Amino acid sequence: MKKYFILFGFMTAVLFFGCGKAKVSVTLAGSTAFQPFAEKIAEKYMASNPNITVTVQGGGSAVGIQSANSGAAQIGMADLVKLPDEAKSLTSTVVAQDGIAIIVHPKNKAVNLSIEQLRAVFNGKIQNWKEIGGSDAPITVVSREAGSGTRSSFEKIVTGITLVNNAVIQNSNGTIRETIANDENSIGYISHGILNDKVKALMIDSVECTTESIIAKKYNLVRPIFLLTKGAPEGEVKNFIDYILSDEIQAMIKKDGLLPVK
Amino acid sequence: MRIPPKYTQIAAITILGAATVFTVAILIFILVFVLEKGLPILSLNFLFTSPADMGRSGGIFPILIGTVLLPLLAIIVAAPLGIATSVYLVEFTNESRITRLIRFGTDCLAGVPSIIFGLFGFIFFVTILGMGWSIMSGGLSLAFMILPTIIRTSEEAIRAVPKAYREVSFSLGASRWQTVRKVVIPNALPGVVTGVVLGIGRSIEETAVVIFTAGSSLLIPTSVFDSTRTMAVHFYILAREGLSMENAYGTAAALIIAVLIVNLTAYFMMHRFIAKRN
Amino acid sequence: MKLLGEKGVERLLSVVAFSAISALGLIAVFIFIEGLPFLFKYGIKDFLLSSDWRPDAGKFGIYPMIAASFWVMLGAMLIGAPLGIAGAIFLAEFVPKTVMNIIKPAIELLAAIPSVIYGFIGVVVLAPVIRDLFGGPGLSLLAGAIILGIMIMPTVISISIDSLLAVPVSFREGSLALGATKWQTVHMLTTKAAKSGIVASIILGMGRAIGETMAVIMVTGNSVMIPHSPLESVRTLTANIALEMSYAIGMHREALFATGVVLFIVIIILNSIASVAIRKKVIVK
Repeated sequence: MKKYFILFGFMTAVLFFGCGKAKVSVTLAGSTAFQPFAEKIAEKYMASNPNITVTVQGGGSAVGIQSANSGAAQIGMADLVKLPDEAKSLTSTVVAQDGIAIIVHPKNKAVNLSIEQLRAVFNGKIQNWKEIGGSDAPITVVSREAGSGTRSSFEKIVTGITLVNNAVIQNSNGTIRETIANDENSIGYISHGILNDKVKALMIDSVECTTESIIAKKYNLVRPIFLLTKGAPEGEVKNFIDYILSDEIQAMIKKDGLLPVK
Repeated sequence: MRIPPKYTQIAAITILGAATVFTVAILIFILVFVLEKGLPILSLNFLFTSPADMGRSGGIFPILIGTVLLPLLAIIVAAPLGIATSVYLVEFTNESRITRLIRFGTDCLAGVPSIIFGLFGFIFFVTILGMGWSIMSGGLSLAFMILPTIIRTSEEAIRAVPKAYREVSFSLGASRWQTVRKVVIPNALPGVVTGVVLGIGRSIEETAVVIFTAGSSLLIPTSVFDSTRTMAVHFYILAREGLSMENAYGTAAALIIAVLIVNLTAYFMMHRFIAKRN
Repeated sequence: MKLLGEKGVERLLSVVAFSAISALGLIAVFIFIEGLPFLFKYGIKDFLLSSDWRPDAGKFGIYPMIAASFWVMLGAMLIGAPLGIAGAIFLAEFVPKTVMNIIKPAIELLAAIPSVIYGFIGVVVLAPVIRDLFGGPGLSLLAGAIILGIMIMPTVISISIDSLLAVPVSFREGSLALGATKWQTVHMLTTKAAKSGIVASIILGMGRAIGETMAVIMVTGNSVMIPHSPLESVRTLTANIALEMSYAIGMHREALFATGVVLFIVIIILNSIASVAIRKKVIVK
């Protein structure tokens, strides 16, 4: 019962006295590829810095750039091969590298694609798995929506892609993974950092998508992750970015599948 | 050959009955599907601990707070506006072009898709007024969305108060406003509250508006300008991103139970109100 | 309130009474401010009738989305309306009142199940079934139509029952006294008398089907293409906005608001038709 009273009192307090903020807050917004890492880092950071609130919003790389520009977030997150013009006025810090894994259902027999085959699949030139080492079944291409950082990086690296128009479109890394995990005949691409055993990553030009091959620069589907700030980062914002670049956190993100910059 | 009417009747009833059973069966299937998987996860502990690792483990305490605060704020804004509108429509004007316009506006607002409320809230509250993704932006956008529900329900409730009550009040020398305050509103109260409760239900169910205007922070909000998440949004993110199916089902069960409680409350209040009137 | 006096209160109320219509106006103004300039800049005809939606290449044709919204809505109506109306007739005419008084509110309660839950069930239950039975990606027009059809059923049932019950008992008694069976009475008389209410329920269901967002995003697969078969993946107007909004900047963003303008206009037209239909019912009564 006591809990309910505390809850009620708390809510009343929030509603009526909520406007006076005592805590310092840092907001990050943008890339859904980096969002899970940012949230995990934020949780860790707040545990050791209780007077600071770090809020992480998704939205995508474009939101990251936009909200850093407008001030809606102090830090924008973007995962792009090349930053667009809108981001020119912002200070960018690369905090990690991220591979793009080409994924299929674990039961799919295909194991390796050449870059040309990959391009042909996403262009709709190859439409059946039997042409590329799978069983006789039509390919369902799954891609991200226009404007996504992962999609534009993917298309820039692979080059020459005009997405086949019956491609299923999903709007986040996690959703693509779930869609692929539910459909044996589908193929898609996600951030290497969020691979799990519900899906299988294909080799590209006979190179496996692993942390080692990415660091060794053998696996080519890699893009940097930028944190964007208006002007040089300072105060709490700088502290937080420095924290992300610290050895401890860089080691942590490496363990979780991103590639450290140091 | 003409089929005897008796047989067409039997055939018709069979088909209609089958359609009804089918409809009810689908709806029951959905409830059972979610509750069966979600109820075992639902516990006081699940409700009152904070999520960890983006909701992969832990409970939904901050989300519970968001689910209470957003509809609460929406109601605080929309209820007075909606009730005042319906009082005006019933008590202070006769049918005219203006009342028709107001009613038409209300009907249209009721039909506006939630994504439009989301877009509007995002551009107006979040961006132009600079409130950011926050409880404030989300609550105000939801208030816009539930306003028609409240207006319609309380209008019906106020209209249902017998004319004789008002006439007695007037004959005792009461003014129009005194009559409204002392006679009409108290008698229409259960119906008016039903509208408010339905508005709360609508806000709890909503996902698109909340994602666009209140963001999706998992932290316990400390002010109305903090971002938050409701159960519907949390469920959507957990299930879509494949973070944790267990917690997604747990959240879905909590969400469905909350929605059922709110709507059952509304239903029984309305029922009692109607029973009392007759 | 005493300070205001009688006249003051009335004046205050008469101002507040415009809250809903001002809200509608405010929404319209801001969506239009963001979307209309784009429409004129890009060309209304190109925007509405071109099938090329490639925001990165500066191509913004939403014809595939308009077609998809239409087909998904039509499919939902083909599934939801007959079942809903059949259910309404059965419950209103052929079932004891006490039974109806339990089932009707139960169905209305189910209208309150959040759309994300319908969408989720569409993804985990319905899409795999469609994929296994008919092929294709499973996330498809058909899946969207079925889920939306189920979602609008409670709306259709509830309003149709109300309008069937509003038909005076004397009508029915007269027909029965003339020797007609109950079914003859229902399909030749009661449903005809309740027609405008039933039509209104269908139009409101259409509005709900076109406006639904979250469930549709989850189950239709969101491909940008004009559907040639119900098994293909499609993207509706609402899905287009919700999918890409968070990523869009510049022209792309304006184009999404312009999509909102189109959606807004369609919905207002549908609602106007529905409110005319409902008003007719009132006059008939």
